[in-house]
Order: sequence, then structure tokens, then C-alpha cells
Amino acid sequence: MKLPMIGVINLIHEADEMGSLTSNRCLATVPFGGRYRLIDFVLSSMVNSGIPNVAVFAHTKFRSLMDHLGSGSNWDLHRKKSGLFVLPPALEDQTDFGKGDLYHFYRNRDYFAHSPLDYVVISRSHMVANVDFAKALQHHRDTGADITLICKETTDEVPGLARRVRLNAAGRIVEMQHHFGRLASDIVSMEMYILSKEILLDLVETSLAQGRDHLVRHAILPRLDQLHVNAYMHEGVLGVVNNIAAYYRHSMELLQPRIWRELFFQPGTILTKVKDEPPTHYRTGADVTNSLVANGCDIEGTVHNSLLFRGVKVARGAVVRNSIVMQNGIIRENGSLDNCILDKEVEIRPMQQLMGSPDMPFLAVKRKII
Amino acid sequence: MGKTDCIAMLLAGGEGRRLGVLTKDVAKPAVHFGGKYRIIDFTLSNCVHSGIDTVGVLTQYQPLVLNQYLGIGSPWGLDRRDGGMHVLPPYVRKKGGVWYKGTANAIYQNMGFIERYDPEYVLIISGDHIYKMNYELLLESHKKNNADATIAVISVPWAEASRFGILSVDENERITEFAEKPKKPNSNLASMGVYVFTWSVLKDALIRDEANAHSSNDFGKDIVPTLLQEDARLFSYRFDGYWKDVGTIDSLWEANMDLLETRPALELNDRSWRILSVNPNQPAQYVAPHAKVQNSLINEGCVVEGDVNRSVLFYGARVGEGSVIEDSILMPGAEIGRGARVIRAIVGEGARVGEGCQVGSIDSVEIAVVGSGETVESQAEIQEVEPV
Repeated sequence: MKLPMIGVINLIHEADEMGSLTSNRCLATVPFGGRYRLIDFVLSSMVNSGIPNVAVFAHTKFRSLMDHLGSGSNWDLHRKKSGLFVLPPALEDQTDFGKGDLYHFYRNRDYFAHSPLDYVVISRSHMVANVDFAKALQHHRDTGADITLICKETTDEVPGLARRVRLNAAGRIVEMQHHFGRLASDIVSMEMYILSKEILLDLVETSLAQGRDHLVRHAILPRLDQLHVNAYMHEGVLGVVNNIAAYYRHSMELLQPRIWRELFFQPGTILTKVKDEPPTHYRTGADVTNSLVANGCDIEGTVHNSLLFRGVKVARGAVVRNSIVMQNGIIRENGSLDNCILDKEVEIRPMQQLMGSPDMPFLAVKRKII
Repeated sequence: MGKTDCIAMLLAGGEGRRLGVLTKDVAKPAVHFGGKYRIIDFTLSNCVHSGIDTVGVLTQYQPLVLNQYLGIGSPWGLDRRDGGMHVLPPYVRKKGGVWYKGTANAIYQNMGFIERYDPEYVLIISGDHIYKMNYELLLESHKKNNADATIAVISVPWAEASRFGILSVDENERITEFAEKPKKPNSNLASMGVYVFTWSVLKDALIRDEANAHSSNDFGKDIVPTLLQEDARLFSYRFDGYWKDVGTIDSLWEANMDLLETRPALELNDRSWRILSVNPNQPAQYVAPHAKVQNSLINEGCVVEGDVNRSVLFYGARVGEGSVIEDSILMPGAEIGRGARVIRAIVGEGARVGEGCQVGSIDSVEIAVVGSGETVESQAEIQEVEPV
């Protein structure tokens, strides 16, 4: 069913401590989960929830983003009406790059004003979750809140950079961390804000008029006493993936069948760009256990507790343990990896051994030959 | 190739009767193959990689699944403003409509479609075969020989020659004789069912063939023999790659097993000739801690908790803990319960083999088949091919 809501995936000044994984790409297009990019989770959630119109606020290093999203056809967003809109920065001069996201909303205010949809959900790209936005919008309407923030209640350690919030008994947010600090609360913000178009445009106008240009920090956080900001609790799994520790931890969590099933299928299937890779070939001598393997791989060696992206080759005698090998990686004869993350197209020479630790996995940059 | 140089007409109406329960609800070109594909993907991908961007797909039997699968041709890049894919079922005209009577009649009934593109040449292919072939080279050879028709041929073992349409050629590759399933073959060059015709010649032949009340309106039985008799310039084009007609349960099973060779004659992992298909967009496959997978092809969305050897698993297949899958094919979404044994078998789309059940056996000559959506619950063994 169609939701009367615009989806915005806001990539402006996303908290990013991903090291070399984002040296040539934005956080949104970091490969994740064997065949996806981070942005696929929120984008697919929006589409599966019935959001007909998705705007992606691109900011920096978005070549890989354009390539990945294309016309939006992989998410059925190549429409005559609505569909996918990638909105690159509309700058008047170079210094505008440092300006906050509210400025971007302002520059694109016609996009919102002209839309017949009444609501907007503004999200980031690095929340690995399968979210039902229809339920969240229903909650927003039922509570009559000005803004609804989608949150996750968890007692697990959250290795990524995340804002914590505190609620009162009625579910209203009374305290929100300014930055990523140590607020003693089990409620983690998923940085997904649902609000009406009127309130959004009003916040944009009034904040910018006061020289304030950050949506959360300037428009919402200081106004928690005036604005009724409510929390909606996401029930499914969540990975806040914006640093290497979180990337590694949440990738490895996918090896738990319950998380694999919940994250990829419930409530809807996570979609990504199709590559037409053939099925993976397990050859004589292949020894693969507790691993997630994408299509197009060719495995003759050993793979334990690891994730192989599309088109990875593991030669005879090679051993991959506790590692993540991105697209088209090659592990030659008798090479070995333990606690490593290999970016795309990395080649490990015969007999080469690489080892990191679970807390600090070894990270190889794209196209490196080691 | 220019846009009116050559268009392809793909015969996809095959009933595939000998595939039994596997073609109960689908036409033969829509039968699953190779862990991911349907048979028709191979010819469609060949067209696209050969630069042919106008393809008429002639459907007839059980078209629903096939039509849904083909859509507007986007997975093959055939959703074009100019040309692209057109699904052509038999249709009703003012004077009434008829079912396609034969392969030639199917083309005859769609002459209007072909004329709209006004091509110089027409490629006639069928959606029943598994092979990777560059039709551009075939067309070049056709032009070089200034031929009226060129038939792609492949050498087959002499012992099997009587199962095919067999051609004899002279030293210039000009066809001197054509015999459909000859008892005593004079050659081992078999027609692959891939033809290039100069359109003006074919059009004339089709019109005359239609006027002949005794004709069975078939390319192999009527059009080619008639042209040969009339001394038309018919040439052969030799193909030496992998080509297989997967018309029976055995040949379908064998062709899947061929993919598991160390160096398969049909390499699917070939970046220069990707086989395009509708992708189910499932997550990466999960291989559990106690699973064992060797000599197999496994597709996305599968969950493997048991032992899989010499087998092909389509997307979304599930193999329960302690079960054994050997020399078998699990079609999309097939579910194998814990401790089950599936040996020398094909388990159809969405079919279920219950906990502890056995399907097929190592001693069985025949390949066991569980039809789409069927459930094997009792401990009974299934070894026979189910009657249609």
C-alpha cells in the first residue's frame, strides 16, 4: 500500500569513521553483508513499506552511489511519477560544502512543497535494519507527536557511533545526546525522523533565519521542550555501522541464522543492484562452514566463519577464517587470512599470511596486491 | 549490426512433454537450469551479446509463467524504445485465429511483425537448447557465402546421429543433403535448430509452404528440404562449443551435472558472456557450522546445514541438518528436512522432502523426480519418474 510519505536519505555530514573503506566512496555505498551496500537497507525498507518517493541527498564521493542506484529500477523506483531522486549538492560557491543539512533542505524546498505527500521520513544510510515505516507512520499519527524518532532499545554493546536518548513514561523524548557520549540509556536513536512536511519546512525556515543549519543539532535538539518528539521502537535487529569495529561485528552477526533471516527478509526482502553472477562453485577439497557466500565465487580452499562477497576466488590450500572478503577478491594457493577485511579486488599472493584481531581486524585497501 | 540488418525470432512454444512433471505448468523454455537460470536465458543472452536487439518470442503452450518471466525484457536489456523484446502468442484475426501449426507456420503468422522492421536477415532460434554462441559470426558467414539460408551444425557421435536432423555438405560447406532423423545417417553433422535466412527468400518459402495443404509447416521437415530441392544456396556453419538439447529428464540432469566439471565445457563464470536472467535478489547463501559442500553449484538464498555433493541448488533451497544431497538438483525454494537423503534426484520448485525421507537411490538407473510444490512426507522411497 502506498504511504503518504516522502523518504529522504540524508548523506550530508554522516558520522563516518570507516577508515580506508570510505576513502573513495561515501558511507552509503560501503559494501555490506556479501552483496549489499549500506544504503540498501534503508532504501529497501522504504520501498517495502510503500514509500513511493525517495530522495537521496548526495554530498561527497558519490560516484559509486550514482553507479549503484542507477535509475532505481532494482528497487522498482524507476517511475513516471515519483520514484528515485538523487539530489546532489546545489552549491552557490565552494564554501557552501561545509554548510549543514538544513541548507540542503532549503535548496530543495520546492521538491517538498510540490509533492502531494503529507509526511517526510528523514534517515541516514548507515543503519543496518529492516524497518517497517508504515507501522512507524501509524504510530506517529496515533500519538499526534510533532516528530517521531525511530529508536532501538538494546542492552547490547553498540560499537558504532550512535546517539542515545531518554524517554519519559509516556514515550516522549526528554533528553537527547548532543554527540555520541555516555548517556545511561538503553534507547539508541536510529536517526530516522518522521514529521509532517509543514513542520519540516517551518523548522528549515526558522532555523536558517537564526543562522542555524543542522537539522538534529540545531532544529530538534534545543527544542525538545517545545516540540513533542516521540519515540517509536523498532523491534527487529539493528547494526549502527559507521566505524570498523561496528562493521566487523555486525557483519559477523549475519552468521547467526536468526539475524540473517530477520534482517534480510522481515518484514520485506532487502534489495540491491543485480550483477548476474552465476551460482557459486564449490570444488573438490572445498571446506566451508559457518559462512555467508555470495554468488559467482569459486571455492577450492577452506572458509570458516567468514563472509565472501560476489566473485571471490579461494584457491586450493588457501584458508579464510573470521574474515570479510569483498567483491572479486582472490586468495591464491595456500594464502591465509584471519580477522581480515579485504576491500574490493584485493589479491592475496600464494603462501601469504595476514592476521588481524577481532578488536582490530586487518584492513586491506581496494585493489591492493599483498 | 544495424537495426534492420537482422532480427531474431525465438520459438518458445515447446511443450517439453518428455520432461514430465517439470513441464506440467510451464513451457520447456521456462524450465529451470544451472542453479539460477531458465533454459530460454541462454538464447536470449546469446542474442544480446551478439548485438541483436530485436527479438520476437513466439509462445504457445503454458505461456503464463514464461510471459511473467520475460516481462518487457529488462533483465536482458531488451526493454528498448526501438526494437527490444516482443512476446508473440497466436492471436485472433478478423478471419479467425489459429494455434501455431508448426515452427514455420509460427513465423508465417508473424510475417507482419517481421515486416515492420524490414530486416535483411532473420535469425530463427529456439528456446529449448543450452549453449553460448555468437550469432554475429553465423551471420557473417551467411553474408560471405551470399547464402539464402545458413544452418548452424555441430558434430555429434555417429551412434546418436539418427536422433537429429543430419546434414551433408560439400567442400565449401554448401549443404547437399538434409535428412530428419535418418535411420542410416550419411554424416554426423546435426542441425542445432539455429538458422539464418535472407528474409526475402524465407518470406517467399513461407508463403508457398502455407499454400501447400500437405505440409506440416515445419522448418526441418518442410522449409529446408524444399529449399534444398529447389537448389537454393544453403550453407552450414560449424559450431564446436557446448550445445545440449535438454528435452528429457535424463538430459536435463546430465546437463546440470556437466556444469560441475573442473573445467566445464559450458563455463557460466564467464564475464565476457554473462548469462542474464531474472535475479531473485536473495541474500548470500548460508553454509552452517556442520555442513559439508563439495563439487556443487549453490545459488543465493540457500541455507545448507547438511552434506551436499555433486549437486546443483537453485535459489532459496534449504538443506536440513544431517541430510545428504548427492548427484541431485534442488529447484528454487525446495526444502529438504533433517536427516533426509536425496540421491540421483530432481526436487521441483517449492517441493518438500520431509524429515528422514529418502528420494532416489544410488542404484537406480532412472532419475527420481519430485514435482513442483509436492511433498514427500512418508518414509517411502521415490525412485520412479512420476507419470505425467
